[in-house]
Amino acid sequence: MAQMNLLHAINNALDIAMTENERTVCFGEDVGYFGGVFRATSGLQEKFGKVRCFNTPLVEQGIIGFANGLASQGSVAVAEIQFADYIFPAFDQIVNEAAKFRYRSGNEFNVGKLTIRAPYGGGIAGGLYHSQSPEAYFAHTPGLKVVIPRNPYQAKGLLLASIRDDNPVIFFEPKRLYRASVGEVPEEDYQLPLGKAEILQAGNDITLLAWGAQMEIIEKAAEMAATDGISCEVIDLRTILPWDIETVTQSVMKTGRLIVSQEAPLTAGFASEIAATIQQECFLHLESPIGRVCGLDTPYPLALEKEYVADHLKVYEAIKHSINY
Amino acid sequence: MNTDSYNDGAVVHTPVFIDGHSVEIPILKILKQDGTLYEGAELPEIDQKLATKVYKTLVFHRVMDERMVASQRQGRLSFYMAALGEEAASVGGAAGLKDQDMIMTQYREQGALMFRGFSLEDFMNQMFSNAKDLGKGRQMPIHYGSKELNYMTVSSPLGTQIPQATGYAYGQKLQGLDAVTICYFGEGAASEGDFHAGLNMAAVQEAPVIFFCRNNGYAISTPSDEQFKGNGIASRGVGYGIKSLRIDGNDILAVIKATQIARAYALKENAPVLIEAMSYRLGAHSTSDDPSGYRTREEEERWQANDPILRMKNWMLAQKWWDEAQDSALYTRYREEVLAAVKVSEKIEKPHLDTLITDVYDVTPVHLQAQMDELKEHINKYPDAYPFTAGKF
Ligand SMILES: Cc1ncc(C[n+]2csc(CCOP(=O)(O)OP(=O)(O)O)c2C)c(N)n1
Ligand SMILES: [Mg+2]
Repeated sequence: MAQMNLLHAINNALDIAMTENERTVCFGEDVGYFGGVFRATSGLQEKFGKVRCFNTPLVEQGIIGFANGLASQGSVAVAEIQFADYIFPAFDQIVNEAAKFRYRSGNEFNVGKLTIRAPYGGGIAGGLYHSQSPEAYFAHTPGLKVVIPRNPYQAKGLLLASIRDDNPVIFFEPKRLYRASVGEVPEEDYQLPLGKAEILQAGNDITLLAWGAQMEIIEKAAEMAATDGISCEVIDLRTILPWDIETVTQSVMKTGRLIVSQEAPLTAGFASEIAATIQQECFLHLESPIGRVCGLDTPYPLALEKEYVADHLKVYEAIKHSINY
Repeated sequence: MNTDSYNDGAVVHTPVFIDGHSVEIPILKILKQDGTLYEGAELPEIDQKLATKVYKTLVFHRVMDERMVASQRQGRLSFYMAALGEEAASVGGAAGLKDQDMIMTQYREQGALMFRGFSLEDFMNQMFSNAKDLGKGRQMPIHYGSKELNYMTVSSPLGTQIPQATGYAYGQKLQGLDAVTICYFGEGAASEGDFHAGLNMAAVQEAPVIFFCRNNGYAISTPSDEQFKGNGIASRGVGYGIKSLRIDGNDILAVIKATQIARAYALKENAPVLIEAMSYRLGAHSTSDDPSGYRTREEEERWQANDPILRMKNWMLAQKWWDEAQDSALYTRYREEVLAAVKVSEKIEKPHLDTLITDVYDVTPVHLQAQMDELKEHINKYPDAYPFTAGKF
């Protein structure tokens, strides 16, 4: 075991993936010599050479188009998009190409060996173009997997699983936690399962569900609720698509209440999808309406970030509201 | 369409490649570093009044950048981007245009806005995201914009302003205005698909737009030789059928000259022009960056010798339009003014809570108003957690 922050854990996972397979390649804007603007690919060019870890020109559609071609050829493509906010020029290559490559060709060709890494989320005074959480756009696209880790241990295990998974995976990294989140991480190879949620804390009164950096927030709200004698079951969804309906359903069957919290705006966010499915699965077990605690339906602000975000106090209020319904 | 019409080369019967580097591009230089002119150099239209305004703007730019980088280091400001060493590109561009021309920028062109007369207070209020910011405290520092000064609000996603400039210029043409659009971008951003879209459409749709590329050698850590293999950005104009010009970007007179003739041409011919200004990003990419991780001191020092502001000063001195005493007084005055303005702006309160939901649409929809009502109730319950807005709505 070693103490690693989230960036170290990602760097370590990439190192393992590149060591085990000579055909694994990491690239993106500033990824090569400099090691990425957040330094997630630090040292990889030095260790594996310029052919396998390199800077690309500044063109996201090119990066993902290139990655699609490379993956379809059988190489393992790990592409970095510098900020999730800048993934949109590559939207076509992701949504129309990567996601449909296998289906449209009858699996003559596929890009299962593609992984896209991108830092996402707010809380860094980044304003509207360095704070977005765009997971829902991609969750609306059959053929993609979407994974979001909450801490260094999760990041390493889930990233290795994403790289080895035979489907295109978008791996969103909570950049607010890059250096802030530090924990014990095994130095050796391990994997955590995709498509599996994790119960962090068992409880009886209400289920709290989130992913990525938002986990901290709901854990803090759960602590506040505990002082009121409310027992929360806290779940990290981990994989947004395809998501672990079973774990969440079982939990809500037990607690009868659910709050889903996300950083992204409320309307058509992934919390809405979860609410609809759980309402269907658990209708007769629900004691109160499923709550969603999310960002406002506006672009991500700067000066009023504190007011905008789905913070622990808003989650705590939602818990009380649900319990007292 | 007869595809023969552009087959104006020789007919050959064995393959003859045109080399990827066969385009040779002249570079326009007017002013030498010592303040004298190159032989035969043609001056732009410039008199003492304009020259003095340009020079003062350059000095103001240098001073404000210096002060704001320092403020960021002191923790007073969250973020800043200086244009150290390449101020002439933006200031000179604005000086070669008319006030009615639209300026669209990437982010390192605050000099153009300074030239247009954006006040020191306006700059500060934007950077401190306070209630007086024209952009209502929504964007990171340096994302300025002003309708009054025909300066389009900066957007972080790179390259997006390039095809927009084409559309804006087309609208100006449609209205028969005596106005063009200038569109600034970096040599890195020129790799984006939007660059291709914008230039090709400008040529096809015959838009009076000046594409102004600041080639400063770097896109964050990526040197331009890892960005493209062609002959810079100017060579690409040829492929789009666009008149293109390469200039020394640290030569203020070359920048003004190039912009003046580009404007005249764009208006007269209803056609785009591409200018590539060669320069160097002497400072860090932003206050979040440290260039020592990817380039050498020696390289930086080579470019320090090409300081565009010192070059213009030398010319001003030679013209007897300026003297050393005026110069040091100007620096002192600007330093004091900027420092004083920082102190005022950083104390102005944050924008009103309601600005969180305004301007998402022209009229705030019901669901968003409901979210705001709920938020207000919540803030009233926990006033200590929201000190900027509690008790102020
Ligand atoms: C679409 C998009 N991708 C990536 C970024 C991150 N980014 C901001 S500035 C920059 C480098 C731009 O370099 P260049 O265009 O040469 O301008 P310079 O900084 O040299 O003035 C990058 C990669 C962004 N803002 N937008
Ligand atoms: Mg550049």
